[in-house]
Amino acid sequence: MTSENLKTALYDTHVPLGGRMVEFGGWDMPVQYPSGILAEVKAVRTATGLFDVSHMGRLYLSGPKATEFLDWVLTGSAASLAVGRARYCMICNEKGGVIDDTIFYRLAEDRYLLIPNAGNRPAVVAWFQRWIDEKFSPGCTMEDVTASTGLIAFQGPGTAEVIDRLADTPLSGMRPFSWAERNVQGAPVFVGRTGYTGEDGFEMLVPGPDVVKVWTALTGSGAVPCGLGARDVLRLEAGLPLHGHEIDEETTPIQAGLDRFVRFDKEYIGSTVLKDQHENGVQRKLVGFTLPGRSAPRAGYSLLDQGETIGSVTSGSYSPTLDTSIGMGYVLERYVESGTTLDLDIRGRTVQVTVTELPFYTRPRRT
Amino acid sequence: MSPDDRRYTKEHEWVMLDGAAANIAVAGITDFAQDQLGDIVFFELPKVGDSLTHLDKMGEVESVKAVSDLFSPIDGVVTEINEKLLDHPELVNADPFGEGWLIKATISDTAQLDGLMTAAEYDAFTAAP
Repeated sequence: MTSENLKTALYDTHVPLGGRMVEFGGWDMPVQYPSGILAEVKAVRTATGLFDVSHMGRLYLSGPKATEFLDWVLTGSAASLAVGRARYCMICNEKGGVIDDTIFYRLAEDRYLLIPNAGNRPAVVAWFQRWIDEKFSPGCTMEDVTASTGLIAFQGPGTAEVIDRLADTPLSGMRPFSWAERNVQGAPVFVGRTGYTGEDGFEMLVPGPDVVKVWTALTGSGAVPCGLGARDVLRLEAGLPLHGHEIDEETTPIQAGLDRFVRFDKEYIGSTVLKDQHENGVQRKLVGFTLPGRSAPRAGYSLLDQGETIGSVTSGSYSPTLDTSIGMGYVLERYVESGTTLDLDIRGRTVQVTVTELPFYTRPRRT
Repeated sequence: MSPDDRRYTKEHEWVMLDGAAANIAVAGITDFAQDQLGDIVFFELPKVGDSLTHLDKMGEVESVKAVSDLFSPIDGVVTEINEKLLDHPELVNADPFGEGWLIKATISDTAQLDGLMTAAEYDAFTAAP
């Protein structure tokens, strides 16, 4: 059986580890390893876990107009981002719908690294190129280094201690949403103090030939290899949206409650719609909800009030960290208050759910 | 290798006669099934007294990532469910052919077992690409 899917530099490492490979965003990726999703989630919440996230894109945007370009295509400001820092925001279309969500890092005055989602990379590249050609060329160029590099997410409360041992100079002093360049086991690594799990952690951009070496050093330190299944549970517990579920081209960041990642001062693609929604409200909004037990709400299930459908689920899971089931979904605006009870239709069974503040899980402050 | 003291369905359930009583069968899901599901977190099982029909849906199993229907391997009436699974569904991951049994039921016609796959047939079935 030959697969048309893309493979990361770690594919041949995952298979002997027992990684169960599935298609995701056009890539063959491990959904879990033999210890299972619950054990992997626990490793990230209590110790250290390691994810191959090389399926996500790596785009460099460079040139004297790079800042101006990003301020045109992103909901978050590039101009106000200091060199050395990173920011989370959305890439929207003219209707304010989300083409992708992303973290971008300011590398220099006129150079940025931007991380799109795996499956959205072609759409983001095409969208960016269109606007570069239309408004910012010459003066801004884009380089896609996804194929020649790897990306590893090292996540969990124990990561700072481990990474200080493996890097040539300490990294634990890094602030959240900052980046640094270090030698890790002899490899030149770009390290961001970022992640998608709700825990402390580091994401590492590694040259292709060094990816296996860095991965192996981290697993050698005791980090538990984790797959996409655990990643999905962790991000859901942390209340983080997943493109294709909570956000998509038909949904705006305002509906998703992501106003704090949106600028309302300047004009950019989608800004008119976003400003209007921010000021005047929206008909349906994203909420989090919990339900007793372990039966999970799943994408597409209906949320009801007295038999009438008033919303639907975008993601849900049993949460091993909270030992209850959790979900996110869109509901009519009058149902968004915390404490509101709704009915969830689980394949014909009706279960009461309670609207809850997001995130479900916040990591304990450590001294 | 699946144990050869029982029979198997294409829906990955096993069934065998309970040693204690001649017309009582015990059923569960296979090791292959639990491995495919991953960490199991929830079972929706039939109730004692419910009638079962061969290859009709009798319940559901949920893992962290997926929901699957459970199908009855036999015609019969449920006499007991494995209450331990309500709090410890992971028993089925740990011991699908033993402690992780799902239900016991009277079996209407023990000859029905002969129509199901043997262990060797089932292992060949799951090994097929």
